[in-house]
Amino acid sequence: MANLFEHMGMEKERLQFSWISSAEAGKFVNVATEVANSVEALGPIDKFVKKID
Amino acid sequence: MDSLTQKIRELASSILKEGTVDMVMGFAEGTLPMTSKPYMARTPEQADKFIWDSSCTMNLANYITGRKEKIGVIAKGCDSRNIVNHIVENKISRDQLYIIGVPCSGMTDKNRPDHLRDNCLTCTHKNPVIYDVLAAELIEEQKIEAPFADVKAIEAMEPNAKWSYFQDLLKNCIRCYACRNACPLCYCPKCFVDESGPQWVGKGQNETDIQTFHFLRAFHCAGRCTDCGACESACPMDIHVRAFTRKLNKDALDLFGWEAGLDMTKRPPLDTFNPDDPDDFIK
Ligand code: SF4
Ligand code: SF4
Repeated sequence: MANLFEHMGMEKERLQFSWISSAEAGKFVNVATEVANSVEALGPIDKFVKKID
Repeated sequence: MDSLTQKIRELASSILKEGTVDMVMGFAEGTLPMTSKPYMARTPEQADKFIWDSSCTMNLANYITGRKEKIGVIAKGCDSRNIVNHIVENKISRDQLYIIGVPCSGMTDKNRPDHLRDNCLTCTHKNPVIYDVLAAELIEEQKIEAPFADVKAIEAMEPNAKWSYFQDLLKNCIRCYACRNACPLCYCPKCFVDESGPQWVGKGQNETDIQTFHFLRAFHCAGRCTDCGACESACPMDIHVRAFTRKLNKDALDLFGWEAGLDMTKRPPLDTFNPDDPDDFIK
């Protein structure tokens, strides 16, 4: 999925996958922060957004 | 009449006469010059309607989905691969079928009649992969140096350039769904675009809805598409819809060493799990 998404011009940081057990609180925090930071760095998305007027 | 058409008519009429099958699926002349249409012959006389020429672009596997009769089907390389897909996906059983294989030297592009279709230029399975009888001698397969040059060209672009490429690609789409209807893979009784409860995607001409339709339809073809080109040949707006599925075909080959529809005994990569599956996308 990520590959075609990227192929169409989405930045790959916008779709990330992880596998975290409920016992891995630390990993969850790290991954969530990382995802948030990388998306923030990209800024708001303007592709694939439906504009309703 | 050329000898291949003659041979196809003979084979079809003899299996109908003998009662080997209840009907034969093939091509008849279309309503316009240089076109053909899928045609189902149920009597030996009707088999005389069959033709074979470079306008036989549709994929006949599309018309045998879920049928109960014994069916004779005329199959070029790509049709035969979609028949294999159908068998693997339990859409028809092998013993219901009598396959008349036709080695194919390529079909013409309806919008550029002196050119072969784009997918035929890079085709490496011109000969049917399964058949009960052949209508002509097998031909030599071509070797393609860079089979996915087109996909690589897009991969090399910047994200914004990629996005404009796909925006531009779909700008003329009228959402007639001919591409979907021509595709043998698209056999769901109700397509996600036709659902109304829940409605997954808007039904109008909104640009994002059109993009969503194409993006998701392509995904449903991942690891299944045979690059038969029926979708493009059916499109009235000359849209290169294979731009999506080609990327998935390339990934299926790179990640899983998989080409769809070659082997009845193998499960497609997306419905099996293997501990060696590539998983570096998971953090
Ligand atoms: S056949 Fe062509 S115009 Fe029709 S929905 Fe498909 S891409 Fe759009
Ligand atoms: S998506 Fe197009 S090329 Fe692929 S199997 Fe369907 S009709 Fe053929």
